Amino acid sequence: MKNNRAHSRLPLVPYSVWIVLFVIVPIGLIVYYSFFDLHGNFTLDNYKNFFTSVYLKLTVSSFWYAFLITFFSLLIAYPTAYFLTKLKHKQLWLLLIIIPSWINLLLKTYAFIGLMGLYGPINAVLEAFGIGKQQILFTDFSFVFVSVYIFIPFMILPIFNALDKLNPALIDASRDLGANAWTTFRRVIWPLTLNGVKSGVQVVFIPALSLFMITRLIAGNKVITLGTAIEQQFLVTQNWGMGSTIAVFLILFMVIILLLTTANERGMAGSAKKR
Amino acid sequence: MQKNGKFAKIYLALVFVILYAPIAYLIFYSFNSGGKMSHFDSFTLEHYAAVFEDKRLIGIVLNTVIVALLSALISTAIGVLGAISIHYMRSKAMRNVMLSMNSILMVSPDVIIGASFLILFTLVGIKLGFASVLLSHIAFSIPIVVIMVLPKLQEMSPTLIDAALDLGATRKEIMSRVILPFIQPGIFAGFFLALTYSLDDFAVTFFVTGNGFSTLSVEIYSMARTGVTLTINALSGLIFVITAGLILGYYALKNRPKTPAAGVKR
Repeated sequence: MKNNRAHSRLPLVPYSVWIVLFVIVPIGLIVYYSFFDLHGNFTLDNYKNFFTSVYLKLTVSSFWYAFLITFFSLLIAYPTAYFLTKLKHKQLWLLLIIIPSWINLLLKTYAFIGLMGLYGPINAVLEAFGIGKQQILFTDFSFVFVSVYIFIPFMILPIFNALDKLNPALIDASRDLGANAWTTFRRVIWPLTLNGVKSGVQVVFIPALSLFMITRLIAGNKVITLGTAIEQQFLVTQNWGMGSTIAVFLILFMVIILLLTTANERGMAGSAKKR
Repeated sequence: MQKNGKFAKIYLALVFVILYAPIAYLIFYSFNSGGKMSHFDSFTLEHYAAVFEDKRLIGIVLNTVIVALLSALISTAIGVLGAISIHYMRSKAMRNVMLSMNSILMVSPDVIIGASFLILFTLVGIKLGFASVLLSHIAFSIPIVVIMVLPKLQEMSPTLIDAALDLGATRKEIMSRVILPFIQPGIFAGFFLALTYSLDDFAVTFFVTGNGFSTLSVEIYSMARTGVTLTINALSGLIFVITAGLILGYYALKNRPKTPAAGVKR
């Protein structure tokens, strides 16, 4: 039982003020501004514009890139997390995975400009192998690669935690019952770490929809995401209305993704609480 | 449990090489006497000397650190209060509403946070600069602190508080001698995560920063488009050594043999 005598309502005040000022009001403002054009007239044109081919194409390509980035992050992060949990000093190794994420994001992105540049080491290796210089920078490949690089620690962390909590007796049991390694993975390990995967997908997919500095620096404006479009409308064209409209859709997509990736978890928590 | 095989070791090594490659690349060229990141001339420390001579750059680094420390401190204070009040909320529905509100900012893309705060600050009349950057960093750090502190509160047995009450503790004493010491690890984790987010943030800051105020990320972004000097490489080398030292030091401290009653202040 919770003892209510011990607690006043006082601590709630600053937190509630924060929620109202920095969560509810800003979202309200975004929705409000989405109904105004450049000259401050009330209009639905922004929404009409969003459904033109330009913005629809943008949305589709944005989703496609976010999907690619999430997919490759997961593909690389899952085995990494799995192997990490089996190391002797796993917490230390995990820290070593996290350290690069403490180095400024822009610095790392900038380093990739050098690494992938025409006179960079990657091209030097390619040349040594006789493949010759390739234009790596400013391509889809470089964009996806650098984004995956940036997001990998955030994908590894929740999966590592899920794997680490996994009771090893379950794996032994599965092996004793005659399951091979693949079946054990598919039927025991994967389902039990699915929540870690889901939170990993959440923390990668949503930011990946809205990347903008990497598109600018690495993809050389060839890739445009919803995030790039919002930044463009707000800071370059100063068309806050259209920017807000794109933001409204991005918020909608975000809510849908959240519902998709947390539905199961909530169901489980709910059934656990019913007892 | 079975040990990692050869494949696992090579795989992990490869991941580590890739993770550290850009950092190693930056640091390697910070010792280059030539002016570019493509051809290594000879070893020099001049770029490190240049970091300490560049008053503007040092100012920007200080800005970044001050904003990070202040925002982490303030957001930790508000976040801890928030987590405690959410945890002890009587109505379950209300608690869920608060939690969803909390997670909105947590998962919102940076551009949306940045754009909506830009509108907010412009309307309210807060000048874009230090104040607006600090406020937004506090704002997006609070939910992180709440998320880190809540599990610790859930772990805490309610009988602890009952016992304290039976022993005649006042409300204030329960807070300062029972709850806060117990959730201390969560508070620290929240603080450090808030610090990380603030130091690393680019997108939100980019939206709400004015002309006169800049953090490291924003500065590097504007430089990267025109060409960065090796001074930045030297600076990143310094930052890397300091952060890696701090993190490994923290790990060493954390893994010291613990006293039996760790976490409870006597």
